[in-house]
Amino acid sequence: MIKMSVPWQASRVRRLWGLLRKELLQIVRDPSSIAIAFVMPIVLLLLFGYGVSLNARNVPVALVVEQPNGVTADFAGSFRHSEFLSMVQLPNMHTAKRALRAHQVDAVMHLRSEFARKMQAGRSAPIQVLLNGVDANTARIVRGYIEGSLNGWLQQRAARQGQRFAPPVVLASRIWFNPNVRSRNYLVPGLIAVIMTLIGAMLTALVVAREWERGTMEALMVTPVTIGEVLLGKLLPYFLLGMGGMIVSVVLALWLFDVPLRGSVWVLLVVSAMFMLAALGMGLLISVSTRSQFNAGQAAIVSTFLPAFLLSGFIFDIHSMVGPIRLLTYLIPARYFVSFLQTSFLAGDVWPVIFADVSALAIMAAILLGITLRRSRKRLD
Amino acid sequence: MTPVKTQPILEAREVTRTFRSGQRCITALAAVDLVVLRDGVIGLIGPDGAGKTTFMRLAAGLLRPDSGEVWVQGLSTRDQALAIQSRIGYMPQRFGLYSDLTVRENLDLYADLQGVAPANRSTRYDVLMQMTGLGGVQQRLAGNLSGGMKQKLGLACTLIQPKELLLLDEPTVGVDPVSRRELWQIIDRLVEEEQITVLLSTAYMDEAERCRYVYVLHNGYVLSHGEPQALCSRMQGCGYAARAPGVHRRALQGYLVRASGVLDAVIEREWLRVVTEPELSPERLKECAGVPSLELDPLPARFEDAFIAEFRAVGSRWQTTVSGWAPPQTSSEPETVIRVNALGRRFGDFHAVRDLSFEVNRGEIFGLLGANGAGKSTTFRMLCGLLPPSSGELSVAGADLRRASAAARARIGYVSQSFALYGQLTVTQNLRFFANVYNLRGDRRRERIGWALDGFELRALANVDAEDLSLGFKQRLALAAALLHQPEILFLDEPTSGVDPLARREFWQLINALAECGVTVLVTTHFMEEADYCDRLVIMAGGQLLALGTPESIKQQVAGGRSALPSMEEAFIALVESPQREVG
Repeated sequence: MIKMSVPWQASRVRRLWGLLRKELLQIVRDPSSIAIAFVMPIVLLLLFGYGVSLNARNVPVALVVEQPNGVTADFAGSFRHSEFLSMVQLPNMHTAKRALRAHQVDAVMHLRSEFARKMQAGRSAPIQVLLNGVDANTARIVRGYIEGSLNGWLQQRAARQGQRFAPPVVLASRIWFNPNVRSRNYLVPGLIAVIMTLIGAMLTALVVAREWERGTMEALMVTPVTIGEVLLGKLLPYFLLGMGGMIVSVVLALWLFDVPLRGSVWVLLVVSAMFMLAALGMGLLISVSTRSQFNAGQAAIVSTFLPAFLLSGFIFDIHSMVGPIRLLTYLIPARYFVSFLQTSFLAGDVWPVIFADVSALAIMAAILLGITLRRSRKRLD
Repeated sequence: MTPVKTQPILEAREVTRTFRSGQRCITALAAVDLVVLRDGVIGLIGPDGAGKTTFMRLAAGLLRPDSGEVWVQGLSTRDQALAIQSRIGYMPQRFGLYSDLTVRENLDLYADLQGVAPANRSTRYDVLMQMTGLGGVQQRLAGNLSGGMKQKLGLACTLIQPKELLLLDEPTVGVDPVSRRELWQIIDRLVEEEQITVLLSTAYMDEAERCRYVYVLHNGYVLSHGEPQALCSRMQGCGYAARAPGVHRRALQGYLVRASGVLDAVIEREWLRVVTEPELSPERLKECAGVPSLELDPLPARFEDAFIAEFRAVGSRWQTTVSGWAPPQTSSEPETVIRVNALGRRFGDFHAVRDLSFEVNRGEIFGLLGANGAGKSTTFRMLCGLLPPSSGELSVAGADLRRASAAARARIGYVSQSFALYGQLTVTQNLRFFANVYNLRGDRRRERIGWALDGFELRALANVDAEDLSLGFKQRLALAAALLHQPEILFLDEPTSGVDPLARREFWQLINALAECGVTVLVTTHFMEEADYCDRLVIMAGGQLLALGTPESIKQQVAGGRSALPSMEEAFIALVESPQREVG
C-alpha cells in the first residue's frame, strides 16, 4: 500500500531540494566549511601575493674595492639605482667573505687594485664574483642581474666617451606576457587551482566521510532517495562553493595584486567550472573509498592537494622535472588548469592551449565522476 | 491489498552473513530463519555482537546476505532494495540526525526525502510533535538535544511518512529510564493507532516482555523464539528471593553463585534473585549454599531468567580470581578516601556539574547514577585529575590528583568508557605496555601479567589483536590492565554499557570480590538495576545531586513511608520528575 500522492518527477525534485537545503544550512552553520572555503583562500592569496616572491629583489651584495678611484666609483654608482640589488661596500675581502658566510650578503664583487688600470688600458679586466650557491635559484638570478648591470654600465661608459659599445653578438631579449617578471603575476592565478582543489576535493571528501561517521548516511540510505540524488546533493552545493572561492580569488588577484586578466572572463568561468567538476570527482571518489574523516583528509591531501601544489606547474616548472615525474603530471587535473590560468591571465585567449586544457579536464571530470557513480551503491557493504 | 494477519510482512530464510576483519572471518548471522507477522512489536533480543544490527541492515536492504533470502512485503532485498526502502521505516542505532540542523529542519529534510506532500505536512507534524513532546523545541539544534530527545526526534523523522513496517535498531540504548518509558509509550501508540508492525532490537531483557513475540539471538544464531510469556513460563517456579539475616548481600551472592544447580544469583533490591535449575528444590538449594539462615521466597519468572538459562547452556562461565591480591591494611574505622566538596564545572555558560558534595569510604562500592548528560563523566574526569574543577575542592587518597605525584596516581586504576586499549597490539602487548606504564619490572611484571591472563580468561586470546576482541573481552582486558598495579581505588566509567547480561554478572562478581579485599570502587552507570550492587550512591541529573545514600535509603526517601519499596528505576524516575528538576 504505497500512495503515490505526487508524481514521480516532482518527488525526485523535492528530494533533491531537501538534500540541497540541508547541505547549504550545514555549510552556513559549520565554521570549518566556511574556513576552508573562504578564510583559507584569502590566507593563501595573501601569503603568496605578499609573502612569497620568486623574484630576487633588494638582494644584499657586497662590493670590495681594493683601490678606489673614479672608475670604481662610477662602477659602484651604476649599481646604486638597481631595484634588484642592494649594494654595501666592505673594506676588504676578509670581511666580505665573513659576511657571505653569515648570510648577510648573497654575493661579493671584488675589484682588484689593477682593475681601473687594466680597464683604461683597454685590457681584459676581470671582476671576481662570489655567489652563495646554497639557494641555487637565487644565485643564478643574482648572477644574471650582475651581468645585466655590468653590460649596462659598459654601454653607458662607451656612450659617454662617444664610442659605440659594439660586442660582436648582442642578445636582444624581450620578455613577453609578464614584462616586469613579477612572480606574483603567475603565482596568484596558479593559486586559484590550489584553492579550488581544496574546496572541491578535500572539503567534499571530508563532508561525505562526516556523514558516514555520524551515521546520517545510513539514515539517508534507507529513504527512497537514489544514490544519484545523494551524489548530486553533494556535488551542486560544493560546486557553487568552489566557484564562489574562485570568484573571490579572481577579484582579489585583480584588485589587490594588480594581476592582469588578458583572456575573457567567460572562458575563465567555463574552464574553471570544468576543473571544479574534476576536483569534485576526485573528492567524491575518495569519499566512496573511505568512511572516516581522518582517512579522507589524508587521502585528499596526498592525492589532490599536494599534487596541485607541487606537480601542477604552479610553482615548479614541469619541463625541468625528470621524465617519470613529468609523465605523472599528465594525470593531475590541476596541471591543465594551471596551464590554462597562466595563459588566460597573462597571455589572453590562446585557443589551442585552451582547447587542449579544457578537453583534458572534461575527460578527467567525466572519468572521475563516472567511476564514482559506478562504485557508489545504496548499501553498506 | 488488505493486510492479512497471518501473512508475513518480513521473512528471512536461512540467512547467513559474514564479515572479514583483517585475517579473521566473523560470522554475524548463521542460517537465521525469522518471520514477522503483522502483529504488534516483535523483539530481536540478544547481547552485543549477537547479530541484531546486521539483521536490521539486511532487512532494510543495506546489506546483502551471503546466502539465503530476506523478503519484505514479498519483495527480495537482493534486487528490490529501493522499493523496500520506500515502504519501510528504519531507525539505525545512531539515528542520523543532522546536529547542525534544528528539529524542524531535520523533519523537513526527511519529509522531502520521503516525499510527503507539503499540504499534508502540518497535520503529520502536529501528530508527531504531540506524540514525542518535542513541540516546544522545534527551533533548537538537534545537536543540543538530550539523548532521549534525539531518539524521539529520530523516531519522528522515521515516522514522517506512515509505514506499515518499522525497523528500530536498539532505540533505547543509552537513553535514561524516563525517556525509555516515553519511547515505549510512543511505540505502543503506533501499534495501536496506526497498525504499524515494529521489529525492535534490544539488549534490555525487561523490554522483551513488552514484545508480542521475541527472537533470542546469540553469536548469529537464533537460540529460541516464541511469545515472551511462553519462554518465561519454562522458568516458572525456579526463581526465589533469597535473604540471609546477618550475611551481607555480596557475601551471600558469593555463596549462591558457587552452589551447584544455581543458574543465576543477582543482587536485586533488598534481596538476591536466585534462579535455579527446575529440578532443584528449595530445600536442596539451602543445603548446597551452606548458609544456614537462608530464607527463600518464590518469585514470578521473568524473561531474563529464560535468557540466562539459555545462555548458561551455550556460554562458558567466567571464573575471575582475585587471589594474590594484597589487601591494604584495614582498620576497623571507616576511612574516607575520596572527599568532594561543593564541586562545580562550567563549560562556557553550561553548568555540567554544580555544587556536588559527597564522601567515599575505603572498601566501598560507590555509584554515580544518572542519564546521559547528567554530569557523571565530568565528575569522574575531575576526580581523576583529567579536568580542573571550576569551583569547589576534592581530594582522592588524600591528594588532588591534578597536582599529585606519580606515586599518588599509582594508587588509582581507571577504566574509561572507551576502554583505551591499543587496537593494533595483542592482548599480551597491551598488558606489557600498561605494566611498563605503572613501573612494574622483572618478576613482578611477569607475575602480574600471568595473573591477568589467567584470572580474566585471556590466555587463549593472548596473541589476538585487541581490536579483534569482542566487547566483553575488551572490557576484561581493560579491567585487567587497570588492575595490574593493584590500585587501592578503582574508577570505572560506564563499564557495563553495551555488555551482555552474562558478562555484566561476571563483572560485578569481580568488583564485589575486589571490594571485599578493601579496594574502593567508584563506578558510573546508567543501568538502574546495577545501583543495588553499590554500598552507597549519588543520583545526578542536570549536573546536580538529586539523592545520596544507600540504595535502601534512597528508595525509602521516594516511598515516603509506604511499606513497599520501589525499584531503583522507579525511584530514579520519581526523583527526576519531582518538581525541583529543571526542564531540558
